[in-house]
Amino acid sequence: MELKLRNRLSRFFEDYGMVFVLLLLCAFFSVMTYTEQHPTGAAAGEQLAGEIAARRGNGARVVILAGQTSVDEEFVRALASNLEAGGATVVRTVTGGPPEMRRALEEVAASGQGVDVIACDESTSRYSFLRERDSKLPGLAGVELAIPATYAWPDFLKAANLRAVANRIAVIAIIAIGMTFVIITGGIDLSVGSLIALSAVVATLLIREVGGAVDASTIAMIICSLAAILGCALMGAFSGLMVTAFRVPAFIATLAMMLIASGLAYRLSNSQSIYQIPESYRWLGTEFVFGVPNPVILMLILYGVAHFLMTRTTFGRYVYAVGGNREAARLSGVPVKPILLSCYTVCGGLAGVGGIIRASELKSGEPTYGLMTELEVIAAVVVGGTSLSGGEGKIFGTLIGALVIGVMRNGLNLTNVESNTQKVVLGLVIVAAVLLDNLKRRK
Amino acid sequence: MPEDGAGTAAVPLLRMERISKSFPGVQALRDVDLELRAGEVVALLGENGAGKSTLIKILGGAHLPDAGRILIDGVEAGIASPADAQRAGVAVIYQEFNLVPSLSARENIFLGQERTTAGVIHQLDEHRRARELFDRLGVAIDPETPCRRLSIAQQQIVEIAKALSLDARIIVMDEPSATLTPQEVDRLFEIVGELRSHGMGIIYISHRLDEIFKIADRVCVLRDGEHVGTAAAADVTRERLIEMMVGRKLEDEFPARKVSPGVTRLVVRGLRRGKAVRDVSFAVRGGEVVAITGLVGAGRTELVRLIFGADARDGGTIQLDGKTLDIRSPRDAIRAGICLLTEDRKLEGLVLGQSVRENFGLPNLSWLSRLGIVSQTRERRELERFVESLRIKIPHVEQPVANLSGGNQQKVVLAKWLARQCEVVIFDEPTRGIDVGAKFEIYTLINELAAAGKAIVLISSELPEVLGMADRVLVMHDGRITGEIADVESATQEAIMHLAIG
Repeated sequence: MELKLRNRLSRFFEDYGMVFVLLLLCAFFSVMTYTEQHPTGAAAGEQLAGEIAARRGNGARVVILAGQTSVDEEFVRALASNLEAGGATVVRTVTGGPPEMRRALEEVAASGQGVDVIACDESTSRYSFLRERDSKLPGLAGVELAIPATYAWPDFLKAANLRAVANRIAVIAIIAIGMTFVIITGGIDLSVGSLIALSAVVATLLIREVGGAVDASTIAMIICSLAAILGCALMGAFSGLMVTAFRVPAFIATLAMMLIASGLAYRLSNSQSIYQIPESYRWLGTEFVFGVPNPVILMLILYGVAHFLMTRTTFGRYVYAVGGNREAARLSGVPVKPILLSCYTVCGGLAGVGGIIRASELKSGEPTYGLMTELEVIAAVVVGGTSLSGGEGKIFGTLIGALVIGVMRNGLNLTNVESNTQKVVLGLVIVAAVLLDNLKRRK
Repeated sequence: MPEDGAGTAAVPLLRMERISKSFPGVQALRDVDLELRAGEVVALLGENGAGKSTLIKILGGAHLPDAGRILIDGVEAGIASPADAQRAGVAVIYQEFNLVPSLSARENIFLGQERTTAGVIHQLDEHRRARELFDRLGVAIDPETPCRRLSIAQQQIVEIAKALSLDARIIVMDEPSATLTPQEVDRLFEIVGELRSHGMGIIYISHRLDEIFKIADRVCVLRDGEHVGTAAAADVTRERLIEMMVGRKLEDEFPARKVSPGVTRLVVRGLRRGKAVRDVSFAVRGGEVVAITGLVGAGRTELVRLIFGADARDGGTIQLDGKTLDIRSPRDAIRAGICLLTEDRKLEGLVLGQSVRENFGLPNLSWLSRLGIVSQTRERRELERFVESLRIKIPHVEQPVANLSGGNQQKVVLAKWLARQCEVVIFDEPTRGIDVGAKFEIYTLINELAAAGKAIVLISSELPEVLGMADRVLVMHDGRITGEIADVESATQEAIMHLAIG
């Protein structure tokens, strides 16, 4: 029993060794971005009200200063209601920029109302009229400036950041599923970047032209998006047909498709952004369910399905066999050509899904979307341990590969590495991943 | 042994002494001697798998011998790589040529030994020299023609020219005539004669006995990796040579069985594909083992690939139990109940990177799955049955097949097809590269299948195997069935060999 467990563990590490690289990267960037955090929003408001109550007791007279973002609004709302519930008086609430705040404070000082505390968040407290209030606001000299207590935590591990990482890789990771299928068969698909653009343009164009533009119904938007995805799947099928029926090398067939799809996207959109679509189209790309961004949820569902397909079904087994030894597979009765065709079709369709997510995120369709994305997608697949010579690879390996790339990018941004240097580092990471994989294989 | 003759020196040009070589599971050569004198053609003879190829690969530096030495002009040559062989004056012209198809004849001749100054190739110089070589060989080939546009015979000449440009004194030709027309063969012989008259030594490998009598001075026969004997071509008869090649006692290496063929099951009529298979018809009854034999290149594998749908046929019909089958792919054939155990396990039989279980499942997923979802439990259970009955030696079913021995790999191939329960089972060289014990098990299995009423087709080059296993023998030559032996009991290997040589 114990032996079996050890066997399983060692096989897991062999299959998903990249997990450790990912964890190592996460640990590294956590350490590098470990810093003082200033709370914001509702939580900061509640906390600050508590602190003021604890220090001043009931009856404190408070002026609240804040900016105008939605986070600031939540901060003000939570702070004011908690203060008043605790018996304090909110003398005045000011939302706006420094000039408004300063004018309002001067008015409060001039009106002679007593003020004990000025409450604001950390970034507001840095305005010079507040820091040097004894000289700049003589009327309020000696009044306490209260800001939420700080705590130490890595920027990298903040929930908002992790969510952003996941969100940013969702599109790449989703397309990488299809790319994994194709690469396991021994092929490649260079057209996915262009298909993102084509899908976004076709979907938004359909909504604008036939779906009812900004007044389009939900059903209309869904149908238009599905039509765009279907279109991309057909483009993928066309590449697959070239590869199977006419024996065009996959590299060439999909390179041609890359040009065709990109050209079509520019033609259809007249090289312009198509933005005349309903605000609610943003739902897929920007909303959350249980705190998880929708694209990430879609990504996880698709990964679950793909993993099942590849490990439990006839289809998956055939894909590996075709990639591992096409002739042996054919002589074993595997329908080689239909399998290849469906891999390219799925890859095209998933690129279409990626395009819809982009269009939804940005609430517009543009022919420039997805530029060079195919390379990132291929990098994710390769870093995830799929061999470019075919026959080997794991779906969740690809997800990890995409995460490695996403975490790298995010971490380098957070540690202020300049973007050209980032490219160099990313390139080195890809080479290192492949070398690691080769070493493992030799063993 | 002193012998008179032009150009014969006291010290032979080449001596290979007591050469031994084994591969995992096979002793390919055992203490083989070969002597070649200047100005002489020695024919190297033997059945498929007798060790001829291994011997010349050792001479050419492609394999290292386990024991023995190679002397050139009486001095140990120390050939450890193809480059060493080249330097020692040995040129091997393999059956599959070593030419780069996209490069011109000239570029191929000088590949690796370009005439340059500071890295710049003297194209004119090379062109002139290539011309001279072709003139010397008496052929008109434009040195600038890409090799892929040259005929097989012309490519062979390019290889010979390359050997000459390297100042080779020992030229080995592996089945040079196999793919040539009669006129081209005559031309080749003229060239060989020409080379001989210039004091070169030539080792000539061929299956065609009549050629050997035409061209060779001496004949060296190998059998099962051993040197059977060498004789002057003038002193031996065709019959004696065949006897030397096949003369092996039939031991009790085949399981006995009762023959009771039933009704006709598989009927093949007028099957054709290009020059490889020309109008082949035959039938196999239930419970019958029909062996197809012949030399390499006779069209046996090509024939069964047509039946299996692996290649497209130009014409002909295939019937099973009276029903005409429309077979366009292996998938169709398998559905109809025909399976083929291919000759090359690694290239065609197995997906090497995958596990035993996955390979076993490949042709069987249709009945091991429901709604496209594979039942791995069932798959494992079925496989374990075969692991036991076929005595496949594996630590566990998730083992990659790449790590198994040849015999076990072959058993995995057997298991995957047996599980499919086909009505027609075609074996293409099922025992090649397999040790004796495993062979016997495979023979037993073939007999069991026959006893169960299946129609069995067995392709084999090993005549004892053919005679020991078959109820009927078909002999192929040049894409046609040239003979049928119904009375296998009283047939001899010599009789088969006569038919096979055509």
